[in-house]
Amino acid sequence: MHRSEKVWLTLSFGMIMLFMLATGYQSYALEMGPPSNMETIDPQKVDQTAPFDNPGVKQIGDNEYEVVMTLQVFSFNPGKLEFPAGSTVHFTLTSKDVVHGFQVANTNINAMVMPGHIQKITQKFDKPGEYLVLCNEYCGAGHQMMATTITVK
Amino acid sequence: MNSVVKSPKDSKLSMSYLTVGFIAVFIGAICGLLQGLVRGGVIELPSFINYYQLLTAHGVLLALVFTTYFIYGLLFAGVSKTMGALSDKARSIGWIGFWVMTIGTICSTIMIILGEASVLYTFYAPLKAHPLYYIGLALVVVGSWIGGAAMLMHYSGWRKKNSGKLSPLFGYMTTATIILWIVCTIGVAISVLFQFIPWSFGWADRINVLLSRTLFWYFGHPLVYFWLLPAYIIWYVCIPKIIGGKVFSDSLARLSFVLFILFSIPVGFHHQLTESGIPEGWKFLQVVLTFMVITPSLMTAFSLFATFETTGREKGARGLFGWLKKLPYNDVRFFAPFMGMLFFIPGGAGGIVNASHQMNTVIHNTLWVVGHFHITVGTPVVLTFFGVTYWLVPYLTGRKLTPALNRAGMIQTILWSVGMFFMSTAMHILGLFGAPRRTAYSTYQDNPTALEWFHGFFAHYTTVALGGTILFIAAMMMVYLFFHLAFFAPKAENDIEATEFPIGEVAEHAYTTPRILENWKVWIGIVVVLILIAYTIPVTDMITHAPAGSPPIRTW
Repeated sequence: MHRSEKVWLTLSFGMIMLFMLATGYQSYALEMGPPSNMETIDPQKVDQTAPFDNPGVKQIGDNEYEVVMTLQVFSFNPGKLEFPAGSTVHFTLTSKDVVHGFQVANTNINAMVMPGHIQKITQKFDKPGEYLVLCNEYCGAGHQMMATTITVK
Repeated sequence: MNSVVKSPKDSKLSMSYLTVGFIAVFIGAICGLLQGLVRGGVIELPSFINYYQLLTAHGVLLALVFTTYFIYGLLFAGVSKTMGALSDKARSIGWIGFWVMTIGTICSTIMIILGEASVLYTFYAPLKAHPLYYIGLALVVVGSWIGGAAMLMHYSGWRKKNSGKLSPLFGYMTTATIILWIVCTIGVAISVLFQFIPWSFGWADRINVLLSRTLFWYFGHPLVYFWLLPAYIIWYVCIPKIIGGKVFSDSLARLSFVLFILFSIPVGFHHQLTESGIPEGWKFLQVVLTFMVITPSLMTAFSLFATFETTGREKGARGLFGWLKKLPYNDVRFFAPFMGMLFFIPGGAGGIVNASHQMNTVIHNTLWVVGHFHITVGTPVVLTFFGVTYWLVPYLTGRKLTPALNRAGMIQTILWSVGMFFMSTAMHILGLFGAPRRTAYSTYQDNPTALEWFHGFFAHYTTVALGGTILFIAAMMMVYLFFHLAFFAPKAENDIEATEFPIGEVAEHAYTTPRILENWKVWIGIVVVLILIAYTIPVTDMITHAPAGSPPIRTW
């Protein structure tokens, strides 16, 4: 190998190693890893299975909420959520039909919600405003209509 | 090596593959234009066309059909050029592969046109398309295996006849590409044959959604390397000859291809980072393997610029960057792939962002991703293929790339680059602002966040439409130039006028190539081990702990 090639590969591979360490540190030490919940559910019995037999918002502590939500063509149930600023919200999600996406623009909420699987994701809402919630996985002819909002006051 | 006489029968096989490829570009580019215009709010589709139908056609015809046909046309021509004419048997197998693929392509395309398959090329179970859509795509894969087998036969025939000799670099790289393709398509073939086809016919009631997605992405990521490796073959083997230089290092080139076989397959989870049902540790392992596959691309970048610099200095360049001025920028055979290389710098950097585990949640399924693959496959790979077309087609048909055609090619390349610059930049920025991919025109009931995507200069859907329109013009020019070069360009009257298939020679100072690089059993063995490590436990878990599956649903 040529000397300049060695320098190039050492520098570039060192950079990749740095990225990898930073990614690993954030994921495991700071618990910032992507949503990877392992629970399952019968996709045809969502309405009869707890907690999805009773979707809605529940306050579980000071400034802490739990949202149980179902996604179906082409809506989020419940929709139009409201929280006080500074709230930590735990979302528990599943799909009643096809694969949907759960994305909240201007936050790091971005998760696939698949039939048969229960997805969980937590977010703290500090900044007041109206957040756009949308489905980002193609789900059918009305996919572009599938949206709601989260209002933080 | 260059004394090998061109085989007209092999040329006809290559031209057949290329022709179907460019017909796919013609239809796929029309779909792309309409998508851009709809999304930008410029036009509305008539009621008999669905946006997602166009999206499916665009993806299938450009990402799967054009790429595979072009690659096969190019590789067949290259192995015939560097290892001699195909045997009659190998050529017949090549033709069988062509017809199986073509029947499959026609079958799937008809289903898309009839609106029976608006499920996108990623399938998205439990959306259910017409069974013929899946059968058509299965035939495309099986046909590509048959065609690939013909090339592998040719390579092993060459090695038997030339025992002890190092194979030509083009033949070696073709073999690596075909091996990669066969190993990765097994995943999607299993999914289509054992999951989608029985389920779409109603023989099976339910489908394991997570398993189908995992098998798809086991194939879906190496698929991008199947597109990229033939472009790298051109960069390593043909570009040095075009610029009047030599191949920088034969062993480095072969090593990078071996690394691609090893690390491009066990990485599919990085497309599923935000999915439930896959433990985070297994996702992270595949993220690490994904980072490994960056290395051979960085080696390729080094090798290319080393060739450019060495060649420039031999032509008398001085100073640190003087060699940059010695490159043949007015030769479309160089200029088109070179523009592609430039786009690959931000393209590759963006890819690292996408693969970075938790950082993926910022951009997953947003328009950023669409911008990303348009400046990876859509420019470095595609502009290289276009650049190849300008010499490969006249080479195969015995015609000439005249100065006028070269100028037309330069204009076509510039249009593509400008269009892509606007479209992909806008897509990246809109994606960061939250605009989703694979979504028709929507302001989400005039939501203020969504309305912002129609303001600004780059953060504007209309900029996507504008870039798309320029790209469409460039694509139509390319299709026209392909047919012009194939049927109307002036004939080469003698050997001196004949268009050359540029094959670079290895530089004298390069090190000798270690024999282990040509021992495929070793590399296939290692990749199988890596795949088993990366996938066995999570996939077993997906099957044994599967929830009740999903019945077929049609939502379009």
